[in-house]
Amino acid sequence: MPDPTLNSYLMLSAVLFSIGTAGVFLRRNLITILLSIEIMLNAVNLTFVAADRFFQTVDGQIIVFFVMTVAAAEAAVGLAIIIALFRHRDSLNPDAFTSLKW
Amino acid sequence: MHMDALYFWILAAAAVIASLLVVGQRNPMHSVMWLIVSFCALSGLYVLLGAPFVAAIQIIIYAGAIMVLFLFVVMLLNVPTETPDERRSRLPVSAGPRHFGAVLSLALVVELAWALSRVQGAAMPANPTETSVHAIGLRLYRDYAFAFESTSVLILVAMVGAIILARKEQK
Repeated sequence: MPDPTLNSYLMLSAVLFSIGTAGVFLRRNLITILLSIEIMLNAVNLTFVAADRFFQTVDGQIIVFFVMTVAAAEAAVGLAIIIALFRHRDSLNPDAFTSLKW
Repeated sequence: MHMDALYFWILAAAAVIASLLVVGQRNPMHSVMWLIVSFCALSGLYVLLGAPFVAAIQIIIYAGAIMVLFLFVVMLLNVPTETPDERRSRLPVSAGPRHFGAVLSLALVVELAWALSRVQGAAMPANPTETSVHAIGLRLYRDYAFAFESTSVLILVAMVGAIILARKEQK
């Protein structure tokens, strides 16, 4: 087993981010899409903490703290929107919401 | 040191597999559960990186608070799983953008892999400086005090917004 370098952490983070992006693009369920966004945020957090360890600072961890706060706010508002949408259409498929399409 | 390497690869594999299962699952309930597994693996990685504070709040805030919020909504809506016929989509908009999205996300994978493969792997500094909560707190409340206070406003706005959005409209 090779010792993990900074690169291994960045690579892992890139893989997780790509999984999240693929989830956003490919899934047809609003809740799964929000979960994929959480995966992407976590991939970025991993980058910050790994860089932190590499440069021997704590600033990255503070940014992670802020990212988590924003993620919490995003989840609250996003889920509220999902509830409102579900009341209108009885569906969580994003393709069902096309009223704004011309 | 060798144990650390072993832990890294195990946790990394766990995080990737759990994330893949989140995206691959048809039932949102299972997706949420797998995402919690993924978060726990990431929390282990944070411990390896010498960031126990982040590891703790990862479990408490993410796996604890945010995922419970998701579970609430999944159960509240009694969520419809993506049924196969819905996936094959009688809705006209689906297929084209979805294929385009698949191509785009594949392009992202290739780009990231290409960019990272060109960088030399830089070894981590040998001594893991355990960052104390003390150091983080000092930095947070001195240098980042304004940002910290701003997030409180952000959370307040998000809370009010969530209540207004999810409220039943009175006729």
